[in-house]
Amino acid sequence: MKQLEECRQILEDPNGYVKRLKAESGRKIVGTYCSYAPEEIILAAGAHPVRLFGSGEKIRLAETHLQSYCCSLVRGALKDALGGRVDFLDGVVFPHTCDSIQRLSDIWRLNVPACFHLDVVLPVKLDTDGARRYVTDVLKRFRRELGEQLGVSITDGDLRRAIGTANRIRSALMKIDDLRGERPGILSGSDLYVLVRAAMVMERIRAASLLEEVADDLTKRSGSAIGRQPKRILLSGGVCNHPDIHAIIEEAGGAVVGDDLCTGSRYYTGLTDEKVDPVTAIAGRYLERVVCPAKHRGLSDRADHLVRLVREKRAQGVIFFLLKFCDPHAFDYPYLKEALDRVGVPSMLMEVEDRLPAEGQLRTRFETFVEMI
Amino acid sequence: MAEKDEAKEKRKIKAVKRMKEIMTAYYIDAKTAEQTGKKVAWITSGGPVEPLIAMDVIPVYPENHGAMIGASKMGVDLCEKAEAMGYSSDLCSYARSDISCATVNGGPIGGLPRPDMLVCCNNICGTVLKWYEVQARFFKVPLFILDTPFCHTEFTEEARRYVQEQINEYIAFLEESCGKKLDFDRMQEVGRLSVEGQRLWQAVLDTAINRPAPLSAFDAFFHLALIVTLRGTQQAVDYYRLLLAEMRERVASGIGAVPNERYRLLWDNIPVWFRTKWLSEKFASHEACLVADTYTSAWCGSLKYVDENNFLGTMAECYTRIYLNIGVDEMARQVIEMVDKYVVDGLVMHSNRSCKPYSLGQYDIQRIVGEQKGIPTLMIEADMVDERSFSEGQIETRIEAFIEMLREKEKR
Repeated sequence: MKQLEECRQILEDPNGYVKRLKAESGRKIVGTYCSYAPEEIILAAGAHPVRLFGSGEKIRLAETHLQSYCCSLVRGALKDALGGRVDFLDGVVFPHTCDSIQRLSDIWRLNVPACFHLDVVLPVKLDTDGARRYVTDVLKRFRRELGEQLGVSITDGDLRRAIGTANRIRSALMKIDDLRGERPGILSGSDLYVLVRAAMVMERIRAASLLEEVADDLTKRSGSAIGRQPKRILLSGGVCNHPDIHAIIEEAGGAVVGDDLCTGSRYYTGLTDEKVDPVTAIAGRYLERVVCPAKHRGLSDRADHLVRLVREKRAQGVIFFLLKFCDPHAFDYPYLKEALDRVGVPSMLMEVEDRLPAEGQLRTRFETFVEMI
Repeated sequence: MAEKDEAKEKRKIKAVKRMKEIMTAYYIDAKTAEQTGKKVAWITSGGPVEPLIAMDVIPVYPENHGAMIGASKMGVDLCEKAEAMGYSSDLCSYARSDISCATVNGGPIGGLPRPDMLVCCNNICGTVLKWYEVQARFFKVPLFILDTPFCHTEFTEEARRYVQEQINEYIAFLEESCGKKLDFDRMQEVGRLSVEGQRLWQAVLDTAINRPAPLSAFDAFFHLALIVTLRGTQQAVDYYRLLLAEMRERVASGIGAVPNERYRLLWDNIPVWFRTKWLSEKFASHEACLVADTYTSAWCGSLKYVDENNFLGTMAECYTRIYLNIGVDEMARQVIEMVDKYVVDGLVMHSNRSCKPYSLGQYDIQRIVGEQKGIPTLMIEADMVDERSFSEGQIETRIEAFIEMLREKEKR
């Protein structure tokens, strides 16, 4: 599929792609590290939002600022900034999520002066009327502050167009996710990863068209003609920046049919209402989308969602993919596992620091798990 | 020898005895709440306790319990139990030991009394949110969350509105949980006592400005208990009056916490509860006194925002703008203020694996303070409760090298 090839090329050197985009379009580049970053407002300001992940190089640069018990996402982000690897950024946006990202924001502000820096201090509690008013106020402030930084005034029309684009991307990704969940044979897990990841980097209008083309293409495919039926696996966790994991699961006889990941469905599920006031609509999506464990929406929201997702995707097993030192996810793991145990769905836990364990070791673990289910 | 013992006896703080009595009575009261028909709320250390006092609810502090578990060296066992329940060994050791303790009623006091409700304020960390969710599911009791937006560079108007609204929600939550209305006159009085208690506690800490300092941070770690657990009561006010009088007496007669005080240091982060005695003796043996700390002073850091005649109206700001809920640069600024106020020769930072909001950013604070005040920092890698993260040999070597550095600096 030529669209996949386009995405793969971008991901080979995402920073290079963004630099070219900046040079060609003259657009300002705004970096984000979290699925709660208000991309629509950045787009509406005429800037280009790019989701960043640490590159895993020059790790020593972060050591003078962050202890070893800080997760690799945060350390990686900082070392890239200090090492000049993201000097194409005009600005960076930190939504409030966990304790580590919160401190990364401070340390970045104090040590990376080259680009502007904005905090979006979202509420942690999402299930009250007060939180609804507050998140709307916070987004209004962000709209104003971002406009000031970029020297533009963001109109409601700009916001509506941006919401339209973001919704096209989300709708297409949700459709692809559904199609693949039904018929895992039509698109490999690593290919879906490539599409989702590229959507966070590439020019968004192009991303929307590209993903719609892929969705149309997949609808037309029969695709169930693979020899043996793979075991249906769901991934749950935070950031998963390891495309190889899909191939290893597939080789072990499994297929990822869905996920609850920050770099997966949590990024694209839930549309922004296009009929109401745009900022209110963006706020509404934040409150209603699938939650990150750093946020609170009731005591069983995440477990209910996971069990519902398992049923919807007819998953036979869940792999918890957790980043070492990620506290919110580590706190939720026992209760999520228990919820799965109660409905008789087996699960396994994989904790990753910054790179995957040796492939052989991983394959053995996945094979054992897939055989068990 | 006899003379030495006598000097040691003179240095002991007499109020300790009274403090132990108060805390014992408090825990007996809490543990027998079921028989006496009183309600019990578990609350985070930075949480708004005053409305609980005004509603006659007994506040219980899992973090204080965590500190007791650490001090009694029961942390490793309980942390391992939590790990067997599936909680990662990288998680906060207060949370781990409390979560497992609740299931086995273990620890130094046989577990905390069962809560009727949980009150969680995330002004100290995001960890308490997850921890209280776990406990709310375990005990099946209502959870109130006071969400205090992080103040990276400012306390915004929208954050003020949001927190103020939640103060009203909190009162409604308590009224429903207790089945009675809040007496606003009583609330006003509790607020006044809370402010008075905080002022007295600050005054106690301030006596360490004197040379020699009549108390050290290690003493403050102990005497802190009341401003955390019984803030807003007459008892806390009376106790700190007593302690303050004793400190003033010590200052007048030149009694220092550390014999021959030579180096004055500032402690940063939560204590290493299972090694406070060892650390205290180690520093004292080098004639170094930890004269102040960022930890115990955090319970009176909001005094500048409070209006004691309008406690409920100013609570939102007081509880949001606390030491851990602010940016790293603002924390560094406050450390520098303390360095100047207490005339400090060096920083001792506990890089605490359990506490990310307190520890991440310490390297930058160290750098800023070093640049502006020219004082060195000792970094101790440890944990507040989990002894497995404490390497005695390495820490001893670091302390010695640090003291050597102070000595060299003194010669210049």
